[in-house]
This record gives sequence, structure tokens and C-alpha cells, in this order.
Amino acid sequence: MSIRHSLLALLEQGPLYGYGLKSGFEAATGRMWPLNDGQVYTTLARLERDGLVEADTEADGQADGQKVYRLTGAGRAELDAWFSAAVSREAVPRQELAIKLIFAVRSPSADVHQVIQRQRAATMRSLQELTRLKDDGRTMDELAWTLTLDGLLFQGEAEVRWLDLCEARLAVAAPAPRWAFAAGEAPRNPAGDATAVGKGGRP
Amino acid sequence: MLDLREVSRQYGAGRICVAALSEVSVAVRPGELVAVMGPSGSGKSTLLAIAGGLDRASGGQVLVDGHELGQLDAGALAELRRRAIGYVFQELNLVATLTATENVALPLELDGVPARKAAAGARGLLDELGLAELADRFPEELSGGEQQRVAIARAVVGERRLLLADEPTGALDSLTGETVLRLLRRQCDQGCAAVLVTHDARHAAWADRVVFLRDGRIVDQTAPADDLDGPETVT
Repeated sequence: MSIRHSLLALLEQGPLYGYGLKSGFEAATGRMWPLNDGQVYTTLARLERDGLVEADTEADGQADGQKVYRLTGAGRAELDAWFSAAVSREAVPRQELAIKLIFAVRSPSADVHQVIQRQRAATMRSLQELTRLKDDGRTMDELAWTLTLDGLLFQGEAEVRWLDLCEARLAVAAPAPRWAFAAGEAPRNPAGDATAVGKGGRP
Repeated sequence: MLDLREVSRQYGAGRICVAALSEVSVAVRPGELVAVMGPSGSGKSTLLAIAGGLDRASGGQVLVDGHELGQLDAGALAELRRRAIGYVFQELNLVATLTATENVALPLELDGVPARKAAAGARGLLDELGLAELADRFPEELSGGEQQRVAIARAVVGERRLLLADEPTGALDSLTGETVLRLLRRQCDQGCAAVLVTHDARHAAWADRVVFLRDGRIVDQTAPADDLDGPETVT
């Protein structure tokens, strides 16, 4: 999630105080990704340092010392570049679930089918909740909100489909060896039994 | 509205006996939409066929609106199917030579309602479902999504309060599929009970409860956090 570019996009609509940017971001995203003040002001300071926004201390309503931020020409160019470029898949956060499955398949104690089913049920519950939110039919920023929820729903659906495929592959795959990892050694099989598998594998 | 109690279904006998369902128990209350998910061959469509009286269970009980299907003769079963159960399949099965109104009116006419009254009932329902503009069109004049929405209208016309839907959004694009599911959801919100068989998690997410089948058994079921404490294993 790019807070930096989201703030630039909000400023495209006109100058805003820091608090207005925070609440504008949260309203646009249905409070799906709450921001803390520190994130907002740190990001604004960097944007100002980089010349992408400027803080206007002469604007009305400055009695309490608050700054009003506005987009600069460089900021607009940065925003245009953001909209023009595809999001790199490399930027996706590390796949904790994939890592968990890798080790569950190899683990002597984990039941990989249960790991998969628990995740599938949890993802399904989350999809049900997102669908309820979508069905509630909010009026404020409804289109942007629906697009946000659609994106999350498709990600969840993809995860469930991937879990289904993992399960299908496990059912037909050659059994995974029950490796033990020891410091300074290559992986080895302590049981000396090439067919021994975790509880999720097939003998 | 629908109560499956330890329902089993085997095909074949002896060494080539295949268990399609094994002691499956599911209850669906009025107003509830239950989705059934599982890999191919897990028993989803068999469950739906048995729930709808289109196939007979080898063991256990199937109750629809308080009637145990196993106790009904062929005539009584056909009448219960006609009056209590609506089916929505991927294959639309709308009659090509009838308009949307006539398609929706058909189950009423088969049930002995005079043609004019049945047509009025069908028009009223299409209107209620926001499909009034489709009333006089023939199936070939409707898009896939519109046809499927008419099929849902036909499934709920009259007093039928149990909807059984098997991949009803199969070939539809995402947005059109959503309109079909929204309509199914609305029917449940107004008191219908429904079972939706689907591979698609986004579609199953419209349900109050999702039941996972594998190898003919229920392995898990899930609902939003405020409905269930957590995933419940019901093996």
C-alpha cells in the first residue's frame, strides 16, 4: 500500500490539512487500512522534503499553526507516473501462507490438510464479511468503496483457488520426505526412510 | 425448511460400490442461504439432487418442509417438488418458445392455476424482482444474466420456499454473476431457504454458511464471525 501516492492523490482534489488527509484516506478506503498520525506526518515531511508537496503557512485558518498541504508540479508528475505504471508483483509483501505451507508439507507434526482447511475457512469467513459490507450499499464514495472491496474479494478468491490446487496436488504428489534440518548440514532424513511423510502426505 | 439427516448415497454394489455421500447432515432454515463447496467428485451435486428429490438417498432421512421424501410415493414426491422446491441450474432450461412471463407462469399452470391468473402472478413477481422490462421477451432475446434472473423468478414463483442452485453463475461475467447472486440473496432475506453449489469462493461468500464437502463427507463449515464462534468441524 503506497501511503505516499495516496496522499498525493488526495491533494490532487485540493489543499488539505494533515488531519484532512488522514480522514480522507480512511473514508476513501472504508477504514480498511487505518493510518496513525505518525505515518501521515512522516510521509508528508518526506513529500515536502522531496518537493512533491508544499506546506502553505499563509493560508486561512492558520491560527493554530496547522499547515495546509498542496500538490506541486513535481508531485503531480509523480502521481501521473504512479497511475501510469503497473504495481510490481515484487512489491507484494512476503507470502507468509506460502512459507507456512512449505514447512507444513515437510513437517512431521503438522497436518498439511488441516493447515489448508483452516486457512480456507478463515479466508472464506473474511470473504463473507466483505460481501456483507458490499451488500450494505453505502452511499458515500460508494463506487470507490465497492472497487476496494472487489479487489479484496478477488484476492481472497484467488487464495481459496490456490489452496484448492495445493490440496489437489498433495493428493497426487509423490510423498514429501520428512527432512530434518541440522545446523551446518545438508537436509537429511533421520529415519532413513525415504517414504516417511508428515501427517498430510500419502504413504 | 430442508433437513438432511445422516444422508448417504452409494452407487453400484459389492466391490464396485462407490460412496458419493456418507452420513451427511445439513439443516437449512427459512431465510438462510447455504453454500456447498468442494472439489469435483466430492458429492456436491449428489447432495443437491437428493435434497431436491431428484435422486433417492441410500440411507438417512431427507425432510423438505416437514415431509420425509423417503416416505413419499412418486406422485406425492412430484407434487412436493413442484410446489415446494425451485431449481436453478447452470443450464437455464427456459422454454425457448415461451416469453419470460410464460416461463415463470409455467409451474403455476402445471399446478392447476388458470392460465390468466398464473400469468398475472408471474408478471407480479417479475415486477417485484425488478425484471418487469423482460416480461414479454423470449429467452433468445435475453442475455445470459437476464435469463438466469428469470430462472430464479421461475424457481420461487408460487409458494415454493426452497431454492436449489447448482453453479447458477457458471458462464456469466463477474458483474452479471453478482446480479444473479444478489437476487438469490434477496429471496433468502425475504424468507426462502436456499442451497447454492459453487466452486467460486466469491459466490459462496454471499451465503450465511459455507459447507465444505470432501469425498462425500462434510469436513468443515464456516460463517462470518458473528454467526459462529469459529470454523466448526462436523466430521
